[in-house]
Amino acid sequence: MSSGYLAKRLLLTLPTLFGVIVIIFVLLRVVPGDPIAMMVPPEATPADVARLRAVYGLDKPMWDQFLIFLGALARGDFGTSISLKQDVFGLVVGRLPATLELALVSIVFSLIAGVALALIATHLRGRWPEWAIDGFNSIALSLPEFLWALLLILALGVLIPLLPISGRFDPTQQLGLATQFYLLESLVRGNFTLAADLLPYLVMPALALSLPLIAVIARMLKSSLQDALVQDYVLFARINGFSAGRILIRHALPNALIPAVTVAGVHFIFLVGGTVLVELIFSYPGVGNMLYRAAVYRDLPLIQGITIAFAVLFVLLNLVIDLLYLVINPRVRHS
Amino acid sequence: MKLTRRQIIRAAGASALTLPSLNTLLWPRRARAAIGDTLTIAYNAAPAGWDPNTGPQTTSPGNQSIYRSIFDPYVTQRADLTLGPGVCEEFGWNADKSSIRFKLREGVKWQDGRVMTPEDIAWNLERLTDPKGGGPLQSIFASIKNLKVAGRDITFDVTPWRANMLERMSFLGIYLIPPHYYKQVGKDGFEKKPMGSGPYVFDHYERGSFLRLKAFKDYWGGAPPFETVIFKFVTDASSRVAEVERGTSDITLDVPYEEYDRLRAKPGLAGDCSPISDIAMVFINNEGAFADANVRKAAVHAVDKRTIVERLHRGYATPIDTLLAPQYGAYDPSIKTTYDPKLAAELLAKSGYSREKPIELTFQTTRGYKPKDYETVQAITEMWRRVGIKANIEVYEIAKHFELRAAHKLAPAAFYNWGNSTADPESSLGSALFTNSPHSSWKGKDLDERLIPLFTEKDTAKRFAGYKALNRYVAENAYVLPLFQFYLPVVYKAELGFKPHAAGYLLPFTMRAKG
Repeated sequence: MSSGYLAKRLLLTLPTLFGVIVIIFVLLRVVPGDPIAMMVPPEATPADVARLRAVYGLDKPMWDQFLIFLGALARGDFGTSISLKQDVFGLVVGRLPATLELALVSIVFSLIAGVALALIATHLRGRWPEWAIDGFNSIALSLPEFLWALLLILALGVLIPLLPISGRFDPTQQLGLATQFYLLESLVRGNFTLAADLLPYLVMPALALSLPLIAVIARMLKSSLQDALVQDYVLFARINGFSAGRILIRHALPNALIPAVTVAGVHFIFLVGGTVLVELIFSYPGVGNMLYRAAVYRDLPLIQGITIAFAVLFVLLNLVIDLLYLVINPRVRHS
Repeated sequence: MKLTRRQIIRAAGASALTLPSLNTLLWPRRARAAIGDTLTIAYNAAPAGWDPNTGPQTTSPGNQSIYRSIFDPYVTQRADLTLGPGVCEEFGWNADKSSIRFKLREGVKWQDGRVMTPEDIAWNLERLTDPKGGGPLQSIFASIKNLKVAGRDITFDVTPWRANMLERMSFLGIYLIPPHYYKQVGKDGFEKKPMGSGPYVFDHYERGSFLRLKAFKDYWGGAPPFETVIFKFVTDASSRVAEVERGTSDITLDVPYEEYDRLRAKPGLAGDCSPISDIAMVFINNEGAFADANVRKAAVHAVDKRTIVERLHRGYATPIDTLLAPQYGAYDPSIKTTYDPKLAAELLAKSGYSREKPIELTFQTTRGYKPKDYETVQAITEMWRRVGIKANIEVYEIAKHFELRAAHKLAPAAFYNWGNSTADPESSLGSALFTNSPHSSWKGKDLDERLIPLFTEKDTAKRFAGYKALNRYVAENAYVLPLFQFYLPVVYKAELGFKPHAAGYLLPFTMRAKG
C-alpha cells in the first residue's frame, strides 16, 4: 500500500462530500415543510412570518442561500441551529461521541458474537446447535432494529427488569468526566466502577443495533469457513494431526475472515444509520436522536450539519474498510 | 436436525409464556420503588433552548411544564385556565381597559437569592417588545407601550389594543428572568445555566436525555415538595409506558389509551384522563369542493363524532360542535350540529351528488402526530362515503401542514389539533377564521366583518356574546368541522398526589407524595 494510493483515495472523498452537500441542500429546500410556519403563534401576521424568514436568511433565493452556506462551510462555520439557537458544529461534535460509542460497542458485540456463532455452528455442523444458530440468524435478520429495540425493552426492561430503559446514565449521578466519550474515558481513567454503571445503559441499544449484524457476520463467516475447511492446507493440517479446533481457529478462520470483514464493514455503515430510531426509542442522547428532532422542526442548518457529519463518517469508514481489506488480504496487497 | 412448523410455533408460545412466569418467579412481589425526595417524570418533549421568551421553542406547549418549574409567569394560570395571583399579587385592566397594572408581591426572590424588583419586571416586559430579539411573539407584545414603575406597581398601555393581552401574561413566552444575571452571563451563559424565580433550580441538563432540577427553598409559594425533580426525555410512547410500568419513572403522560386502561388497572399505579384545551378539528378550505355550502353542511352532518370518540378514543374525548371548549369564556353549549346522514345525503343531492355519483376531494392528515389522527380521518372518510363524498386521504408531516396553511394551500379538508390554553376565543376562533391570519383555511369577507369589531371590543360581556353569535354563524355555515376535545392520559404511582391542569401541564410543584 503506497502513500500515493492513500492520497488518491483521500482526494476522491472530496467530490463525494461535495455531491452529498449539494444533494442535501437542494433536497431540504425542495421537500415541503417550512420551519418559520411551524414556529409562529396563531396571531402572527404575514409580516411576522416575513420578518422571521429574514432573521433566519430563508428569504433569499436558493442559489444565494447555497453560496452563503458554502462560503460559511469553507470557513468551518456550519451555521446556527434554528430550533436550538446554537452553533451547529458544536452541537454535532457534542453529540457525536455518544453515537460513536454506541456504534463501537455494537460493532464489538457483533464481531464477538458473530464470529463465535460461526465457529460454533461450523464446529458442531449437522448437530442441533447449528440449527439453533441458523434459526437465530434468520430471526435476527428478519426484524428491523427498532422492533428489536421495542422487544428488548419489553423483555429486559419490563418483564425481567435487568437493564435500564432510557438514557445514557443514571440522572441522579454526577459523572465528572472531561469528554463526551463517557464509557471510553472511564475505562481510560481506570474508573471501572463508573464504567460498570455506564455499560448497562448501552447494552440494550447496542444489542438492538447489532443483532442483524451478528446474523450477517455469522452467516457469512460460516459459509467462508465451510469453503476454507475443504481446502488443501486444511487437509494437510489434518494429516499432520492438528485438532479440529486448532485447524478451525488457526488455519481456516484467518482466511475466511476477509469476506466477512468486507460485509461487516458495509453493514456497519447501515448500523450507524440505524441509530436514529434506536436512539429515539431508548432516549439515548446521540446524533441520531438529534437528527430526528431536527427533521420534525425542519431545522435546516442542523439537518445539514448532521447529514454532513454522517457523510464524512461514512466516507472515512469506507476508506478504513478498504485499507483494512488491503491489510488482511495479501492477494490484494500484492496485486 | 429439522423442526416442523408446529414445533416452532409451540416453542415460540412456550417462550412467550415463560417470560412473564420468569418475571413472577424472580420478582414475586416486586414493588415499584417508593417515591422519596426525588420525583422522576418520563416526559415526551425536551426544550430546544433555555431562554423561555425568545426562539421557536417558546411557543411549543410541550415545553411549558418544564419552563414553569424553573421560571414564573407574571400571573399564575390555575388548573381551570383562570388567572390567579402569582409573582404579581394584583393584576388587571384599568377602568377604560387601555392599560394593564401589575403589583409585584413582596419578598419574591430570584434563585440566586436576590430580591425581585418592579424594575426587573419592567425590564422583562421591555425585552418582550424588542423586534431584534427573534421572539416569535414579538408582534403581539409590541402592543406594550408607555411602561411605568411606581412603587411596587408596573403599568403599561396596550396599543394597539389586544383583548387577550392579560391572558397572554400567563401563556407562552412570558417568563421572568433575572436581568442582573442575564446581563452578567450573556445569552450563551444563560443557555448553559438558566435562572428564574420558579420553584425549581436548574441543576444539570443532559441534552436529549434528562433534566435535573433542585428545590428552590426560598420560593415565594413555599418550599417545593420534592428535593430533586428529574425530567427524563422519553419521546417514544412505548418507552414511556415501560418507564412507568417498571417504576423507573414516577409519572408519565400521553400514553396510548389502550395502555392507559391497562396500566391504571395494575396494582401500585393510578391514572387520570382529563380534558385539555386541545381541539381536534377539520380545516375546510373556501376554494375547491367545499365552496359549495351544501357539500360543506353535508360533510358536517355526516360525521358521527360520538362513535369516533367511543370506538377510537375509548371514550377519552368529548365531542364538540364549535372550536371553543367548555372551559373557554365564550363557550355556548346550545350550539349543536346534529349527526344526520339522511340530511347530509339530501343536501348533497341538491348539488347533484350521491353515493353513485360522489364529489371527490382530498383530505389531508398527519399520522401519529396526535392520538388516532389518521384513524379518525379514516372513519370520517367512510362516513362521508356513505352519503356521497369520496375523500382521498393524503398523509403528510405536521411541518408540511403548517407550510400549506400559511400559504393558503391546504386541501379542501385537513385534520388538525388546535391548542389554546388562554381560554380566550380570540386565540382559537379568531385566528382560525380570520382572512389575514396565516393560520386560517377558510377565508371569507362575511367572517372578517364579524371578527374585526370583536378584536377591538373592550366590553368582555359584549365580546363574548359576539363570539357566541359568530360561533353559531360558523356552525350554521359549516366553515369548519369541529370534532372533539382531547383528554390527556397520565399514569403515575398510586402514592403520588396528582392534579390535572386543563392546559395539559405536568407541574412537579403541584404534586405531593401521599402519606
